[in-house]
Amino acid sequence: MIPRIYIPADSGALALGAEKVAKAIEKELRERGVEAKIVRNGSRGAYFLEPMVEVATSEGRVAYGPVKPSDVKSLFDSGFLTGGHHKRWLGAPDKIPFFAKQTRLTFARCGINDPLSLDAYKSLGGLRGLQNAVAMAPADVVKQVTESGLRGRGGAGFPTGIKWKTVLDTAGAQKYIVCNADEGDSATFADRMIMEGDPFVLIEGMAIAGIATGATKGFVYVRSEYPHAVATMNKAVAIARKAGVLGVNVLGSPNAFDMEIRVGAGAYVCGEETSLLNSLEGKRGVVRAKPPLPAIQGLFGKPTVINNVISLASVPIIMDKGAAYYKDFGMGRSRGTIPIQIAGNVKNGGLFETAFGLTLGEIVDDIGGGTASGRPVKAVQVGGPLGAYFPRALFDTPFDYEEFAKRDGLIGHAGITVFDDSADMLKQARFAMEFCAIESCGKCTPCRIGSTRGVEVLDKVAAGIEAEKNLALVTDLCNTMKFGSLCALGGFTPYPVMSSITHFPEDFKPAPARVAAE
Amino acid sequence: MTMQAASTEIASRTAAIIDEMKGLEGPLLPILHSIQEEFGHVPKDALPVIADGLNLSRAEVHGVVSFYHDFRAKPAGRHVLKLCQAEACQSMGSDAIAAKVKQLLGIDFHETTGDGSVTLEPVYCLGLCACSPSAMLDGEVIGRLDDEKIEEIVAEVRS
Repeated sequence: MIPRIYIPADSGALALGAEKVAKAIEKELRERGVEAKIVRNGSRGAYFLEPMVEVATSEGRVAYGPVKPSDVKSLFDSGFLTGGHHKRWLGAPDKIPFFAKQTRLTFARCGINDPLSLDAYKSLGGLRGLQNAVAMAPADVVKQVTESGLRGRGGAGFPTGIKWKTVLDTAGAQKYIVCNADEGDSATFADRMIMEGDPFVLIEGMAIAGIATGATKGFVYVRSEYPHAVATMNKAVAIARKAGVLGVNVLGSPNAFDMEIRVGAGAYVCGEETSLLNSLEGKRGVVRAKPPLPAIQGLFGKPTVINNVISLASVPIIMDKGAAYYKDFGMGRSRGTIPIQIAGNVKNGGLFETAFGLTLGEIVDDIGGGTASGRPVKAVQVGGPLGAYFPRALFDTPFDYEEFAKRDGLIGHAGITVFDDSADMLKQARFAMEFCAIESCGKCTPCRIGSTRGVEVLDKVAAGIEAEKNLALVTDLCNTMKFGSLCALGGFTPYPVMSSITHFPEDFKPAPARVAAE
Repeated sequence: MTMQAASTEIASRTAAIIDEMKGLEGPLLPILHSIQEEFGHVPKDALPVIADGLNLSRAEVHGVVSFYHDFRAKPAGRHVLKLCQAEACQSMGSDAIAAKVKQLLGIDFHETTGDGSVTLEPVYCLGLCACSPSAMLDGEVIGRLDDEKIEEIVAEVRS
């Protein structure tokens, strides 16, 4: 048997030098006259171990990482093609604690094989969900998704099945499935990982959504900051079309479904669903007032399912193993699993898929291993730029939509940014306002004007000008933005601002009067 | 080439792109991306051609082009360096990284060096948040930026 070497081509692995490692391995193989097949897989998501190289041995996969190009010679000397010991040896990937503790449903295949091999996809259970769906009545597919308890993983947490039911029940000559892959929140990379590491699961999920609702056309709106994801998705769609997974007869059934990949143009607000629809239509990415709901009048005014990548990519396993199987994981009204993305100043950064219910402390301290800098954790921002900053005092909060809402926070797209004690929370609050000002679509006043005024008032606080009065003004402004904005950009910017003020008041106290040096 | 000829050249190449893509549903963004790929920016002379081809007003086309951060009104430098400035990168010192790059290149964000070698831009998240601070140089991703990597990047764009 020719040895197989797996070297990730995921953006995160490439950013850490995977390409140079691949070149070094190719060169070493040539020089030693050894024959081996190099497979470029996605990432399994442990970025603190990337580039993580795996070899297939008679006893299964053996992983090594993080591999540097300078390690390659000694890896060969240590007989890594047969799993030999080396300082980078990690053993069987499934046994690495970071992976062993996870429950991988949505990401079950991500990072294991060549993402563009449809055979590999099928060999690990791919397309079984779609096969079941084509044999069912649309209403039954919708019912199964509803019963699974799946809620929108983009951040809003709206039940996916209910959205689908509205589209199914709305008459329309043309309906659309739109996948929101405009993953602009800092600390999130789950969508990118799936698109680069297991693109067929998203295609399968979208095809199921089409069959369930009577939509025959799908669009994936991917942000332009993700060129590798765009390239992989385009190739995967072409392969799926050729194999009959997409087309006029999906898997040989009478159902038609096809899709296109579209690229955004650098506007954060287009992650908001109605703004995204306008952008797909070729307009300015301005938010639309709701109602009408996109499910009734969405893309080009037609009934449209708009779901996040992870919501759609979670559907195949629900259709394969059943609603009860999925629903069995989780807590309260948060059912199933959630891919938590641990990022920022953290020792073990990466994607950790698990059932809802872990506490924030378990995620940051036990799984994340604390800060990368080795300093104490000061704050963690959960849910991206529009999420609240949590202090250590709230680390007992379980990862659950409702529990986070109770503590004036949100899960969002499940990204967590860890900050050490060098963080200045006034600066973070100011950034939240500044970011909102840069990215506001301009449609509603609280967001467009409020964010700019917010920056100015926080600058006054920083300069020690009537700090108390100005903090009261920021609080009032946040209230206006929260309740007066049309969408989550203006409406949620108060979360990072107010949580910083509430939990870290010491950072907002006037700086001690500076004595002139002269 | 005279200005007149240049503008005719832009118009005819733009018209060819529109012809090829106007059958798409919602063709404007894909067309603008193609135009930017073709010319390195979205030339002013292309706008009336697009408006005409898609039966839109010039104001509508201008409105769309100016809404999105990606579309450039003038060509970028030979290299484009994007530094992530979002929260995850902030937590790992992206401010200091940006200050150092700006100092080494002698330009601020949204500027191009005098020799036209590089354009520097901020970006809000490259999805590399578990290997911050990160950057993108001409579409290639770079993680865990440090002084050594910055110096390598600056040397590369200068060569």
